[in-house]
Amino acid sequence: MTEPAETATVALSSPIDLTTLWVVIVFAFLGTFLYLDGFDFGAGALFATRTDEAERERILAAIGPFWDGNEVWLVVFGGSLFAAFPPLYATLFSRHYLLLFGVLGALICRGLAPEFYEQRDDETWKRWWGRSFVVGSIATPLLLGVFVGNWVLGTTVTETPVTVLVGLAVVALTVVTGGAFVALKTDGPLAADARTWALRALVAYLLLIVAVLFVLFVRTHVRDALIEALPLALVAVSIAAGGGCALALRRERDLLAFLAAGGLTYALVALVGALLYPTLDPATGLTAADAAISPLALQLLTLSAALLMPLVLTYFAVLYSTFSGSVEAEGY
Amino acid sequence: MVDPALASRLQFALTTIVHIIFPVMSMGLAPFLVYFTWKSIRSLDPLWERQRRFWTRIFAISFVVGTVTGLVLEFEFGTNFAAFSTFAGELFGGPLAAEGMMAFFLEATFLGVFVFGREKVGDALYMVSAVAVGLGTWLSAVWILIANSWMQTPRGYELARQNGQPVVTLVDPVAAYFNPRFPWMFVHMQSAAVLSVALFMAGVAAYFVYRSDRSRDGDEPDSSGDDGASEGAAGTDDVRFWRTTLKIALVVLLLTAPFQVVHGDSYARHVAETQPQKFAAMEAQYETEAPAALHLIAIPTDPSAFTDPRAENLWTVDIPAMASVLASGGDPTYEVTGLDEFGESPPVAIVFWSFRAMVLLGFWFIGLAAWAAYRWWRGDLFADRRLHLALMGSAPLGFVAVETGWIVTEVGRQPWVVQGLLKTEEGVSPGLTGTEATLTLVGFALVYTGLLVGYGYVVRRLVLAGPPEIESTADSSGSGQNPSQTDSTTTAEAIRDD
Repeated sequence: MTEPAETATVALSSPIDLTTLWVVIVFAFLGTFLYLDGFDFGAGALFATRTDEAERERILAAIGPFWDGNEVWLVVFGGSLFAAFPPLYATLFSRHYLLLFGVLGALICRGLAPEFYEQRDDETWKRWWGRSFVVGSIATPLLLGVFVGNWVLGTTVTETPVTVLVGLAVVALTVVTGGAFVALKTDGPLAADARTWALRALVAYLLLIVAVLFVLFVRTHVRDALIEALPLALVAVSIAAGGGCALALRRERDLLAFLAAGGLTYALVALVGALLYPTLDPATGLTAADAAISPLALQLLTLSAALLMPLVLTYFAVLYSTFSGSVEAEGY
Repeated sequence: MVDPALASRLQFALTTIVHIIFPVMSMGLAPFLVYFTWKSIRSLDPLWERQRRFWTRIFAISFVVGTVTGLVLEFEFGTNFAAFSTFAGELFGGPLAAEGMMAFFLEATFLGVFVFGREKVGDALYMVSAVAVGLGTWLSAVWILIANSWMQTPRGYELARQNGQPVVTLVDPVAAYFNPRFPWMFVHMQSAAVLSVALFMAGVAAYFVYRSDRSRDGDEPDSSGDDGASEGAAGTDDVRFWRTTLKIALVVLLLTAPFQVVHGDSYARHVAETQPQKFAAMEAQYETEAPAALHLIAIPTDPSAFTDPRAENLWTVDIPAMASVLASGGDPTYEVTGLDEFGESPPVAIVFWSFRAMVLLGFWFIGLAAWAAYRWWRGDLFADRRLHLALMGSAPLGFVAVETGWIVTEVGRQPWVVQGLLKTEEGVSPGLTGTEATLTLVGFALVYTGLLVGYGYVVRRLVLAGPPEIESTADSSGSGQNPSQTDSTTTAEAIRDD
């Protein structure tokens, strides 16, 4: 059978290269997850820095209405990776088996905690669910970062020093986003401290990314990929967004800082995609064209995304505009 | 260490069996919540707002637990069943992506508005959010069942090779995604979810009716619902609350329970036609026969074979020709295909007994509904304490029936993961080690036990806390000239509709 060759030819010769489009879509889903659920995770990390119960409740109230919707971006990232590039999904997920179950475990801790936290007033109950919230909020981006690091570098073990650095960078990034978000949604000392933490995390993020890029630069195959125009542009965007974010935080322009954190997040995820493409799995050499489903199925997937994603964006617009104001101190 | 294939299968079974509880709860609650929201907007009676709030809390916690446990399943296709994902991904992955984009986003975003936004949005948008959440839960089922039904009756594909590996490739989307099994599954599943939640609600309401009855003198001749009004305390509002819940749940039970059995009967005929191997396992039919008797009970004649689910020498209690009648819809001479025509059998005893448990429960639900309807008709629905006890005991049984039904569906398809195309053991990730698989299996056993205990604990607390009192905050929500709480209670008495 000569099916695969044929598949590849059709995909590449179609007017819009749907395979490339789906690489972009999959990474856009990942980036949106990292941005939106990122502020949930960052808020979870900031939760650990507060001891006042009213302030903790306020953090929970700030993210309460959004978390469910934000998490779905991870579901569609997984779903679209599976749908568009099944062999990639299969090889990548089975190779990083324990890491992904770590992510799932962390997400379970993170997801259940706010809902359970509110159920009882006694100290022990709140302390343990508070811990579950914090640990889940930090472990999820950490492990996810290690996973993405492993993916890009083609690492086949669970973790390496470099990929742990990537994980820590992702944690720092979520604290930047979460800090800006909490500052935006609250006021007083809580907002001021959130800005301070966001600034510290921003510095940590940039240092960690520089460290990662330095290590990558030593590896010849990644260096070549790095010196191309798109990765360089993305690094430039990161530097600009980072600078903008720092300025905005200092001037208490929280919305601007939050948007700049989005710029940082999307630049990072785009950099990951740019370093990979057209290979999608460096460990096995699997390319996007090899991994993609057949043209008919890909067209159908594209059609459904084209019809549905505008609706999805509308839902998010409704959600975020409904809860656009800052949250009062009484909690939810 | 457990063999990676076995550990993966056990883990998937465990994680699905636990997960399904939560979507059943949210899918079943969804129509009730839409109804309560509609009533709370249209009626000045605070009863409906209390109903909405009470059941929304249970919905919200079920949704969250359903989300985190559902994500596990999605990941497990890649982590544990990589060979299946590679083989079937082109047909199987699409519905999962569509579920996220079409259903899950809708449900999760509007849930934020629905749970947190009553004071922030007008009635119209609030109603839209209730419908959107409900629609989202049901659309999720559409896509998940499209994916699952394709594994039962695969259509619209061709076998091909990609990167040297066998895969299925999509040739006819309509045939694939509207395959013969899908409508059967969807109707049966959604009806089961509503039935399960109706039983749960009836059980909870019966508990409070039972308790309130006992806390008074327990021997009231007239308990038709009007008696509470004269007492005027907060407790009587609660009595009225639970009586309303009980009546609504019973109406739904009365509609869904008989439907489920009638529909199930036709569904079984469809299975006999399209998956004869599964039907044979459901009936423990080892040899092709015409006419074929229905085994009410089938036990291995040799006691040492009790632990072997595939034991073939069975002592049975039969109804002659009944399996032929059921498989054909009335023909006692119809030939029922036996398991011996298919080579490898599923673990027959598991399928056979799960099926019997489900059917038995189905008939019990009809009996329960008929009993309650009779009492209602006689006017002593709130006085029959044995009925209340029966309803309380049956509160979780809808969920049990759903679990047994899914065991029939999934175990009955074995050894195949995609019927006739790929065996389950061939679908397991090739690189997976026994150590990894055992580690996560044990981890899930522990975490999910804790999860179930925690969920049960919280739901129990929410139930025992009773319906929330309504402060006067409802005024700001756009119902216009809503009077203060005491006034609206009076108005409520006047317009009460039962």
